[in-house]
Amino acid sequence: MYDIKAFYEAQSVQDAVRLRLEHPQAQILAGGTDVLVQVREGRRAGAELISIYSLDALRGVTLDGEENIRIGSLTSFSHITRDPIIQKYINVLGQAVDMVGGPQIRNAGTIGGNTCNGVTSADSASTLLAWDAVVELTGAEGIRRLPIQDFYLSAGRVDIRPDEIQTALLIPKASYEDCFGHYIKYAMRSAMDIATTGCSVNVVLTQDRSAIRRCRMAYGVAGPVPLRCPAAEAAAEGRPLTGETVETFARAALEDIRPRDSWRASKAFREHVAVEMARRCLIESVKLAGGVMA
Amino acid sequence: MSKSAGQSKIRVDAFDKATGRARYTDDLCAADALVTRLVHASVAHGLVKAIDTSAAERVPGVVKIFTCFDVPEYRFPTAGHPWSTDPGHQDVADRLLLSRHVRYYGDDVAVVVADNEVAAAQAAELVRVEYEPLPFVLDVQEAMAPGAPQLHEEYPGNLLAHTQIRMGDYAAASAEPGLIRVEGWYDTPTVQHCHIENHICAAHMEGGRITVVSSTQIPHIVRRICGQALGVPWGQVRIVKPYIGGGFGNKQDALYEPLCAWLTTRLGGRLVKIDCRREETFVNNRVRHAIRTHIVSWVRPDGSFAARKIECFSNQGAYASHGHGIAAKGMGAFPQIYPCPNVEGDAYTVFTNRPAAGAMRGYGIPQAMWAGESHIDDVARALGRDPVEYRRQIAMPRGYVDGFSKNENYFDTFRQAMDRGEAAIRYQEKRKAYENQTGPVRRGVGMALFWYNTAVWPISLESCSCRMVLNQDGSLQVQTGETEIGQGCDTAFAQMAADAVGVPFEAVHVISTQDTDITPFGTGAYASRQTYVGGFAIRQTGELLREKILTCAAQLTRQMRENLDLAGGRILRISDGRDLMGLGELATQVLYSLDHSQHITAESTYQIKNNAYSFGCTFAEVEVDIPLCQVKLLDIVNVHDCGKLINPALAEAQVHGGMSMGIGYGLSEQLLFDEKTGKPLNNNLLDYKLSTFMDHPNLRAEFVENPEPTSPFGTKALGEPPACSPAPAIRNAILHATGVALNDAPMTPHVLFARFKEEGLL
Repeated sequence: MYDIKAFYEAQSVQDAVRLRLEHPQAQILAGGTDVLVQVREGRRAGAELISIYSLDALRGVTLDGEENIRIGSLTSFSHITRDPIIQKYINVLGQAVDMVGGPQIRNAGTIGGNTCNGVTSADSASTLLAWDAVVELTGAEGIRRLPIQDFYLSAGRVDIRPDEIQTALLIPKASYEDCFGHYIKYAMRSAMDIATTGCSVNVVLTQDRSAIRRCRMAYGVAGPVPLRCPAAEAAAEGRPLTGETVETFARAALEDIRPRDSWRASKAFREHVAVEMARRCLIESVKLAGGVMA
Repeated sequence: MSKSAGQSKIRVDAFDKATGRARYTDDLCAADALVTRLVHASVAHGLVKAIDTSAAERVPGVVKIFTCFDVPEYRFPTAGHPWSTDPGHQDVADRLLLSRHVRYYGDDVAVVVADNEVAAAQAAELVRVEYEPLPFVLDVQEAMAPGAPQLHEEYPGNLLAHTQIRMGDYAAASAEPGLIRVEGWYDTPTVQHCHIENHICAAHMEGGRITVVSSTQIPHIVRRICGQALGVPWGQVRIVKPYIGGGFGNKQDALYEPLCAWLTTRLGGRLVKIDCRREETFVNNRVRHAIRTHIVSWVRPDGSFAARKIECFSNQGAYASHGHGIAAKGMGAFPQIYPCPNVEGDAYTVFTNRPAAGAMRGYGIPQAMWAGESHIDDVARALGRDPVEYRRQIAMPRGYVDGFSKNENYFDTFRQAMDRGEAAIRYQEKRKAYENQTGPVRRGVGMALFWYNTAVWPISLESCSCRMVLNQDGSLQVQTGETEIGQGCDTAFAQMAADAVGVPFEAVHVISTQDTDITPFGTGAYASRQTYVGGFAIRQTGELLREKILTCAAQLTRQMRENLDLAGGRILRISDGRDLMGLGELATQVLYSLDHSQHITAESTYQIKNNAYSFGCTFAEVEVDIPLCQVKLLDIVNVHDCGKLINPALAEAQVHGGMSMGIGYGLSEQLLFDEKTGKPLNNNLLDYKLSTFMDHPNLRAEFVENPEPTSPFGTKALGEPPACSPAPAIRNAILHATGVALNDAPMTPHVLFARFKEEGLL
């Protein structure tokens, strides 16, 4: 038996916006794989819930008029993994969300919930950040879009206004075109786990595939929110496909990340693993892009 | 007629369990039961000064709140051991239903009874408890140090027990010239059983007597303990044990049954339920003893032992529960598995402010094998010997007899098992292939033996009772006090009963539920005993039933009793094999006879004064990713000699489950505590890293079927043995792969990171 004070079921996005305004204390419920756990634990005991789970308009992956990828916020992890658009243009995202929990969680959990939760360990977060995803929010005044980097405010807090719900995540064409990436989830077991650290890297190679034209990297659990790695990215851009490039890039990640000591893992351990993941992710991304390491 | 035993019969409860029809405690509990929420201490050690329940009592739906100041003064033991009539051998009675003296973080100080779960949870949050905090201690050796916080007045120095082994002359023998000294400290973690069904029980009163339906392994023992805890005659208590979702030893203890039984007496006999949450299962039930072991071996250049020393420091946690039995059993294996004439051993069981440690699958042997088998690989390494070849030299020989238990090693099981394991994993080939690796990712193979013995004789009583009742159609009900806890014993019992009586397997209905009002006495599921001890009672009772049936058959068929046989449910004339009548026809005629009606039943108790070794080994192959500090288990094989298999498919499944437990023990499982507060940090299934099947390779089980001579069915222990050797086998495989000896389980990436740094691999 769950301690839930009230439960409102939205019939449309507009209805959800109205419910948000009517019940400002209420928590939005999507797949429920985090919120219901928190209600049971007592952290959200007595909560009011607004369920948007029946809004099928927020499900599915499409290409818009400008060929940007649009992922409806209620699209489940398992649907993302199996979606042909995802597989063709940003397969790494499908792979990343296939590492969430177990099969039942991946059927119920949604990418919108995974990002709105604001947790640094979310398996979708580092890849979305590394691919410059855009968050689409719908509120009383219409649609607002912002880079995902700005969406994350602090641990557990994201930029959703009191009248808004998140309706989509967009991957701009300029982001995914010719781009190939790899994600490593470092966890203490091979399923049913939360990342100790997650690393997502993607590259665009020069036309002759001899050097890195663009490189982006983001980590989960390397700071209070998922974070990008400007120092490491700069260290790789324009560099040839050599071991030295990989090493410089991976070491530079230490300037970007801010892991902490906790009983789950020490700072030294997280840093060590982060550097090794950066190495392996870059090498794998280059390989996927058709590059050959010297 | 072919025997039932030895065949992979489909388990008798398979369809009900697969379709969800099998009824467990909560399925049997009426929906209007009162529910409860325990209030757990927020200090690791302290005295409860006052409890304010006023705000909590105002929550709508709350029926009553009981605190540690309300409970009766009857101190009771909880361990699921057979009672001993000798006070010197009785379990330590150190429990009250709720604790005024809090001895671990989470100890039970009060209980809220409400008519719904939300009210109970809200009220529990509002109970205000005032403590006088006391210093606490979590580490076993720190708890032994002078000046350490003291947990129990009766046990100064926190020492629950200390036992010794003294064989030969260790000091003189270790002075022999030319010996190699190998020493090691080996540590094991606090882990939990993690059975799928949390402990749950529900109690009500009827006719002035208390009934508790409980998820337990030991209904008859729990009845005795409830009587002791409430100060009522044992016959006033009735325990019903339906299907349960696993126990692994956690439910070989009285958990919340005594409190639940007491609550109903205070609630006018109303039905009241205690249903543990997973977080409580980790902390408020039982855990495995964390044991730290120190071993010194004095070895001659030819590999033989001149002298050996072992010290075991067993972390008991806050309450005695099964106590010293665990460390004592573990240490007992030490001089047997590798016999040595000069042995000095000391085992200490010590109270600390951790959750109470009790029985858990293996009962001290997984800890002992972690230390002992890691150490043997260390010795082999010091000698430059192959670990398997070295073990062939030193492991217990055929014909070995233990003076205390009179257990005899009738076959050369260890060497046979190693032959099978080596072949299964292609050990020699891989041992060679993985020599001289230098890359970041390296492979290795390793192995470990395990020693185990079946049942508890001669330390405790071994007794089993059985009842058989013949139906008019020739089928029969079979009851024993031995409990089905998911391991499949109902099926094994049905197979054995079919053979013992002479009826088809399908004609036997084992009554799964134990009800202490009507089920014959048995002590329950523990010590890997049930198939072994059940076999004696089933064979004896089957003979009694057969005799009654054949006596009736002789009258009905006018044939000589000695010329009749019962097989496959038919009465046969031995001289010519003629089928004279079916058992159903016989039962019907006898029951409805107007001349001399009989209901054919049999019941008997058999006391077992034997015990049987059950040995085997694990072989494992690993791949170690040194930069990522990760171990991937590539292959693992367990080899067991548990005598003749009663049901090969169930035996294999039993081994798979134990291997999974052993893999988690070696690589990932560990209950952690905050050093500053004593609070458990990861008492949930997300943060406690139980291994998943994604972490396992294909688990392989092999059997060496040497028939156990003392058993009427040639069988012996298999329940616990599979969990005993996987962890050290994996450890030894990592040692082979990397040259790094890891002495602390679990071998998590954190441990590998630290050790690889120390050894210069990172």
